[in-house]
Amino acid sequence: MIKTINAQGLGFSEINARLRKAGRSCVIEGCCGERFIAAGMSNKHITINGVPGNALGAYLNGADITVNANAQDAVGDTMNDGRIVVHGNIGDAAGYAMRGGSIYVKGNAGYRAGIHMKAYKDKVPVLVIGGVTGSFLGEYQAGGVIVVLGLEANGRRIVGNFPCTGMHCGKMFLRGECKDVLFPPQVTARFATDEDKKEIKEYVNTYCKLFGYDVKEIMDSPFTVITPDSNNPFKQMYVAN
Amino acid sequence: MGVEYIYPEFEVIRNENRCITCRVCERQCANEVHSYSPELGIMLADETKCVDCQRCVSLCPTHALKIAKSPCTYRENTNWQNDTIKEIYKQANSGGVLLSSMGNPKPFPVYWDKILINASQVTNPPIDPLREPMETRVFLGKKPEKIERDKKGNLVCKLPPQIELSMPVMFSAMSYGSISYNAHWSLARAATELGIAYNTGEGGLHEDFYAYGPNTIVQVASGRFGVHEDYLMAGAAIEIKMGQGAKPGIGGHLPGEKIVGDVSRTRMIPEGTDAISPAPHHDIYSIEDLRQLVYSLKEATEYKKPVIVKIAAVHNVALIASGIARSGADIIAIDGFRGGTGAAPTRIRDNVGIPIELALAAVDQRLRDEGIRNNVSIVAGGSIRSATDVIKAIALGADACYIATAALLALGCHLCRTCQSGKCNWGIATQRPDLTKRLNPDIGSARLVNLMTAWQHEIKEIIGGMGINSIEALKGNRLMLRGVGLTEKELEILGISHAGE
Repeated sequence: MIKTINAQGLGFSEINARLRKAGRSCVIEGCCGERFIAAGMSNKHITINGVPGNALGAYLNGADITVNANAQDAVGDTMNDGRIVVHGNIGDAAGYAMRGGSIYVKGNAGYRAGIHMKAYKDKVPVLVIGGVTGSFLGEYQAGGVIVVLGLEANGRRIVGNFPCTGMHCGKMFLRGECKDVLFPPQVTARFATDEDKKEIKEYVNTYCKLFGYDVKEIMDSPFTVITPDSNNPFKQMYVAN
Repeated sequence: MGVEYIYPEFEVIRNENRCITCRVCERQCANEVHSYSPELGIMLADETKCVDCQRCVSLCPTHALKIAKSPCTYRENTNWQNDTIKEIYKQANSGGVLLSSMGNPKPFPVYWDKILINASQVTNPPIDPLREPMETRVFLGKKPEKIERDKKGNLVCKLPPQIELSMPVMFSAMSYGSISYNAHWSLARAATELGIAYNTGEGGLHEDFYAYGPNTIVQVASGRFGVHEDYLMAGAAIEIKMGQGAKPGIGGHLPGEKIVGDVSRTRMIPEGTDAISPAPHHDIYSIEDLRQLVYSLKEATEYKKPVIVKIAAVHNVALIASGIARSGADIIAIDGFRGGTGAAPTRIRDNVGIPIELALAAVDQRLRDEGIRNNVSIVAGGSIRSATDVIKAIALGADACYIATAALLALGCHLCRTCQSGKCNWGIATQRPDLTKRLNPDIGSARLVNLMTAWQHEIKEIIGGMGINSIEALKGNRLMLRGVGLTEKELEILGISHAGE
């Protein structure tokens, strides 16, 4: 049975306490900026109607969250496993230090999306943004895959300023040729080959299924793939004293 | 050679009459100073590589070795001292930022050594710890403002989560990666045996050490290495690292060479990749943002774990601490500028931050003035070297102290200050298996227990001498302290009188 929690007047502590007690499936109605929803949770399907507040799904540990609206800052902060789907736009610092699981955003993301994402062996976090993103996308990226599709960009650049600053591991895929994007010197940006594109096919597929887009149309357009030149970008800067 | 040559800092002095060319020194030196010359039948030394870690000296079976500071110096003067000149040469040679290890070695005042402790004479009796019970136990966490009773008049005993310590000392954050598995294991075992706590640092918690969880503080730093739900739930408390005394304002950087095997798995990053902790938490630009991280951690752990916020002691530390005390954090850890590090830019280590003594006194006073001292416990670190440093810190207002350098010394560290090389001959700040096995965790933990037990005896004896029988009664009791050779301003900040007053 699906349990419904009416968020109005509850506050985040109470919402989370009720979520923990609820069974595997749960709907939160009337969400309006309540923070930390589902922090650290696993084994749950949560649907949120309304706009959840900052740090939605922080330390998420396997739960599956669908938001039928926008979400605010720090979506999936340090998440370990699970999935967050947002049928709208999200704020800043999405997927900060994420180390597993996936985040799918139908629309745009704010600043610093995917900052310091990591990966270890088969644990590869995935962040897919359907629209465009703000500045500092993938800052300090230390692993994982970031995909930005630039759909319905209405002439806006796919990413703001200073993407990939400090990136030292992982991969980023931006749809389009990105001629107007300035990348830092320590990364290589090149056209994605068919081989490269295979890596993101599954994620784009999921995106299209979730939000009703045509996979072929998206995958047929050119992609730019960005990888760091070195896993040790700071090595040369020091002298032992 | 030529203009790039820097004369070795140390001389290896070998007593040829005692040397039996057993080559122990050669095998023990990861820096490859010693070598055997078959032609000459003697041991040779390449002193350019010597860091004065004393490993060969300690292990030489015939005591044939000693290391001496080289008397060959530049023509130094007060302004241009030997090290200053050498640092210029190193940078001119390489173009690199100077990188050092361990705490600030510069001759700044050590206020602990200018503070004296009181004792009872005639008018109130000292207490003999051999005869009477002495309480060194402390609890860290938020304390209630007032006693509450329910409708029936019974005491409401529901307290926010606390850390219980058998004595007011904890082992402060040193990450697995910056120090070895055996070093972490020694700390974890000793903390458990002693009933205190050690701190994971920002490198995550090795799966073998979850068993020591009740005596573990798990750290969350800007890189968020090894942070996940099980990790957060494993510890006795969660520490948010905002800063470190040795390098306020900058992040951490564990070089790829140290990210091997289990270190890589514990941090969840690939082998050989640099582990970079950015200078800021990129989601924290204000006290309100800090509050968000504090509460996200509390939500994820169902309010069962106290949250510590660790900051470096910097100029406006009292103001920052006031903010932290209002952020929902349970404990503030303040790290003074003499605190150690596995690696920090020399210039930052030696020039940024302020002494813990002044920072601690200022923070305690500020929180009292604002009536929010009970909101948080205060932990002081950044070169606590002895039981008397602990006593003075508590009298200045700390609830407990963090020690790390002293703990490493107990494990065998000889303060050669080259942790950044990854070649620690004592098996502490290294991940090389041939070196890490030199630290026996049975011996390491026993030595830590020895050190802490000794300090506990000393603490009891000294506070007993003051006529005090519990740590709680010493806390913030600045009347027990007097300064010597301090200015009016220094005394004012420390909140103590001059000796004789």
